[in-house]
Amino acid sequence: MSDPVSALGGCRFDGFAKVQEVGPLGMITLRAKDLKGLAKAIKAVTGAKVPDMRRVTRSSDRICAWMSPDEYLLILPYTDVSSALGLIAKALANEHHLAVDVSDARAVFQIRGADAGQVLRKLCPVDLDRMAPDEIRRSRAAQVAVAFWTDVDGYTLVSFRSVAGYVMELLSHSAQPGSEL
Amino acid sequence: MSTRLSRGGRLIDRSTAQDFTFNGKRLRGLQGDTLASALLANDQMLVGRSFKYHRPRGIVASGPEEPNALMNLGIGERLEPNQRATTTELFDGLEAASQNHWPSLEFDVGVINNYAARFLPAGFYYKTFIHPRAAWKHIFEPVIRHSAGLGKAPKQRDADRYEQAYAFCDLLIIGGGVAGLQAALTAGQAGQRVILLEQSPHLGGRAMVDADLIDGNSPESWMAVTTDALARMDNVTIRIRTTGAGVYDHGYVLADERIADHTPGDGRPKQRLWRIRAAHIVTATGAIERPLAFAGNDVPGVMLASAVRDYVVNYAVSPGDRTVIVTNNDDAYRTAIALKSAGLEVPIVVDARTEVTGDLPTKARAMGIRVETGRAIAKVQGGKRVTGVSLCLHAGEGAVVEDIQCDAVAMSGGWSPVVHLWSHCGGKLTWDEGIAAFVPNPARPPVNHDGSAMVTVAGAAAGVFGTDQALESGAAVVTTVGTDARQMPDRKPTDNILPVWVMPQGAAPALRNKMWLDYQNDVKVSDVQLAAREGYESVEHTKRYTTLGMATDQGKLSNINGLAVLSQALNAEIRAVGTTTFRPPYTPVTLGTLAGEARGDIFQPLRKTPMHEWHLKSGAYFEPVGLWRRPYCFPQPGETHEQAVHREVLNTRQNLGLLDASTLGKIVVKGPDAGRFLDMLYTGVMSTLPIGKCRYGLMCNEQGFLSDDGVVARIDEDTWLCHTTSGGADRIHAWMEDWLQCEWWDWQVYTASVTEQYAQVAVVGPNARNLLQALGGMDVSKDALPLMQWADGNLGGFPVRVYRISFSGELSYEIAVPASHGLAFWNACIEAGKSLKIMPYGTEALHVMRAEKGFIMIGDETDGTVIPQDLGLAWAISKKKPDYLGKRGQERPHLASPDRWKLVGFETLEGSVIPDGAYILADGSNDNGQRNTQGRVTSTYRSPTLNRGIAMGLLRRGPDRMGEVVSFNTVTGGTVEARVVNPVFYDPDGEKQNV
Repeated sequence: MSDPVSALGGCRFDGFAKVQEVGPLGMITLRAKDLKGLAKAIKAVTGAKVPDMRRVTRSSDRICAWMSPDEYLLILPYTDVSSALGLIAKALANEHHLAVDVSDARAVFQIRGADAGQVLRKLCPVDLDRMAPDEIRRSRAAQVAVAFWTDVDGYTLVSFRSVAGYVMELLSHSAQPGSEL
Repeated sequence: MSTRLSRGGRLIDRSTAQDFTFNGKRLRGLQGDTLASALLANDQMLVGRSFKYHRPRGIVASGPEEPNALMNLGIGERLEPNQRATTTELFDGLEAASQNHWPSLEFDVGVINNYAARFLPAGFYYKTFIHPRAAWKHIFEPVIRHSAGLGKAPKQRDADRYEQAYAFCDLLIIGGGVAGLQAALTAGQAGQRVILLEQSPHLGGRAMVDADLIDGNSPESWMAVTTDALARMDNVTIRIRTTGAGVYDHGYVLADERIADHTPGDGRPKQRLWRIRAAHIVTATGAIERPLAFAGNDVPGVMLASAVRDYVVNYAVSPGDRTVIVTNNDDAYRTAIALKSAGLEVPIVVDARTEVTGDLPTKARAMGIRVETGRAIAKVQGGKRVTGVSLCLHAGEGAVVEDIQCDAVAMSGGWSPVVHLWSHCGGKLTWDEGIAAFVPNPARPPVNHDGSAMVTVAGAAAGVFGTDQALESGAAVVTTVGTDARQMPDRKPTDNILPVWVMPQGAAPALRNKMWLDYQNDVKVSDVQLAAREGYESVEHTKRYTTLGMATDQGKLSNINGLAVLSQALNAEIRAVGTTTFRPPYTPVTLGTLAGEARGDIFQPLRKTPMHEWHLKSGAYFEPVGLWRRPYCFPQPGETHEQAVHREVLNTRQNLGLLDASTLGKIVVKGPDAGRFLDMLYTGVMSTLPIGKCRYGLMCNEQGFLSDDGVVARIDEDTWLCHTTSGGADRIHAWMEDWLQCEWWDWQVYTASVTEQYAQVAVVGPNARNLLQALGGMDVSKDALPLMQWADGNLGGFPVRVYRISFSGELSYEIAVPASHGLAFWNACIEAGKSLKIMPYGTEALHVMRAEKGFIMIGDETDGTVIPQDLGLAWAISKKKPDYLGKRGQERPHLASPDRWKLVGFETLEGSVIPDGAYILADGSNDNGQRNTQGRVTSTYRSPTLNRGIAMGLLRRGPDRMGEVVSFNTVTGGTVEARVVNPVFYDPDGEKQNV
């Protein structure tokens, strides 16, 4: 089998902030609400706690993100997804839930640098000044849906895979030197 | 002559010269100049021609209200028409050209209109060009459009880039004058998050020219202290060169930042549109001086009094050696004093008031300036330049009492608060007799969702003038936010203004014909009076009839004077006549800024499948499918698209075709109630589908109309995978969630879109199984994987799910592989298929093959008015189920009628292709004299397989009329005769797909 290829093959742009497409990253959409085994399932896969509304919880490089009152996004190494799905199935064996691999449906971007936020301020109607360090925002970048959260030295942003090229162009356009806000 | 003075100039740097051209003429200005001040410094008073009469026009103002000095700025890919010279910062190499003249600015043929002015009264379009009817379109309009026009439209692609940005704040202050700065200071000290916008490159507003002291300090030192204090506040952001363009509901404000207008080509974005959400808005937008309406008030050299002193104080430019001041208020005396102080001559101040005793007039008199009261300008002398004025009594009809030579006239008719932004979102105005101006009525502000005031006004924009009042109101607006304080500010009259709308007040018609209200659109006092005589009472109607205030300046100088003249003509009070509506933007915003980043490659999102680059490299001809681009066909060298499609169809039917089907919607539906849910969504039964099998399903909306179709696979006990059309993927997912969240919220069902998780490849044709066997890894034989079943496994080392389904009638597998492996799997298929004569095919071949098989296509056979029963799909509708979405709708008499247009096939008698969109003719005509119809074509192709035209279409009682010959109309006239046949043209028994 071939190695998995991310949407843009790790494409990057260095402007006043550095933009890089990364991945592939393992991602699981978990739809569940108020289940006895939920905390256990999330802990088993990510090592993290169940996040509060609009928050992410982390454990080393694994993340659990709150996406809606009945949806979480679990982020983990790409190669661990199928075993993680097994862990979830076990933890939530007799409870109504849906866990599905969406690793390949997404594109992931890192925006790095002191002014990384300015790149997003041009594209996303989000009040970044009021964004908590462990907060995730589901928003849009120009014309497409994205989600992002703060990260070491910047932000990590996720979009759908099919629009990865568009998002990369948006981020690059917004990060061009001389266009600092 | 206008010229540069030897000293002074607050904003210019005399050590840095900047060369520019005007109409090709090389001129020199200074760093800090505006284009207008630089033109005046070069004695270029004549800067354009008026819109209708092509009269010579000069610079009137010094700010964004300028109606005359509109330029074509830049050339080629940086050409911008209608740029105001007064707000254009000069830069080295600037190229400007005047507008609206031919052949030249100095000699303009169009000025003939001026002499024919009496044939071009208000509303002349409506009066003159009525007959003959056809002449408007073919003669009048083209001629008028040629002769009337402003700047040139750019023809090249814009060289610059633009962007947008979002911002949020507690308090947004629009206007960086004393009131705005004081508001920022007060709010900043209170810890609020503050954004202050200033349209010009300089803070301080009029006070820097007009004020002696601010808060007991010199204006310069007050500014230094204030800006320093603001700069040290992290919670305060100040943006200069940024115009608050529009105020919208819920504290939403659009602002236009001009970043690199004055530094073109430096790599920065040209402009940026700010989209600001503010908890509260303060408009500290100042006031605009009004012209006076006297005969010849448009002759170059007649300027606003405030503009004259702006040019003198800010840029050390004198509009003339001898400047006559004409006024109805005290403020204009500042100009007299400034000119005199600069060593220039003020032969006379013509004051319409009979009694003039204010501090400023007293000071002017003390400086030896002659002041004449009760006087008016009867007429300005000069054509392309003021040469003098004739004076008369203001109370009279214009009999000349004295002629005075001069080369400029500074006029002031009082000040109009800039109420635009207050008014954009519904703030009301009230007429203030004391200052003869409309002012915001604080009792009726634009409101938030909870009824609280969204906007507060400070400073001159509220009608309070002078720095003391500006400071006071700037601080007060901050402290009253959130309170119910909605009183009128305590306005201390600073000027004893005498409202003057026509000068002299009893001016005879000959004078009123030469009194300009709207310089840009050439609307005169006589035009507005004519409109009133002809019955126009509403200010909105009069505006449109006369075009007053409809030019690019949107009547910043003309609206108040115009409606005052109208009110006089109607013998009504000004407050009763009211204003026209103020709409955003305050000043024009270039389209590039509104588009922002959305141009070129990122004009809109382009969705790409994992194999997109391969298609691109293989020369695919793409077609848009939603936001996707899908290969329509893969033409080989020398092939037309039609030839390519035929080749792809034949090769697929004879050998092996490969289709990128990744765009198909894929939605996982899981839960104890998932089967019940799908039984409601689909017309057929999905709950009984055995694990491992596939079933074709139809979805209808509540009305019963067919909405989407696709194959459903049962994955496990409580999991189904629903395929949708490419275009329906997002819509159907939202449709599912809508029902689950809003209607059946207690059903235990979860959905998730996995559309983009998988690349999906259709392997189609007699060699399809051979290819999969060549890849190896799983049993895909007829017995192991029969038609309408699926299996997980691996092929060529790839993890796959293989669906044995066919949309072409051939042996066919659709293979889902994780998107990250999609391209590699595609390449593996192409490689392994070489010996099997594999060729990729596009959407058109897909369409042709499904039409040959009589398969419907959502969007072709359906258009939102078609139900499954119309399409012969009753077999896919469960008769046993008590309910499904659309069932009740389909029982309505019109939808259940046997007379409906129903799906059949058509074969033309001579084998030709029926034109797309053709209707089937019926006897007779309808009430509109149109030919009756009894059906229409929905899909029509040349079938490469059958080598003749085939079509599907809807025909009244179609299935009952097999064998009948019907007539289709054609675009070119005439008809095409076709026989009604079964819509399945190819392999009606389905033997080929079932091998």
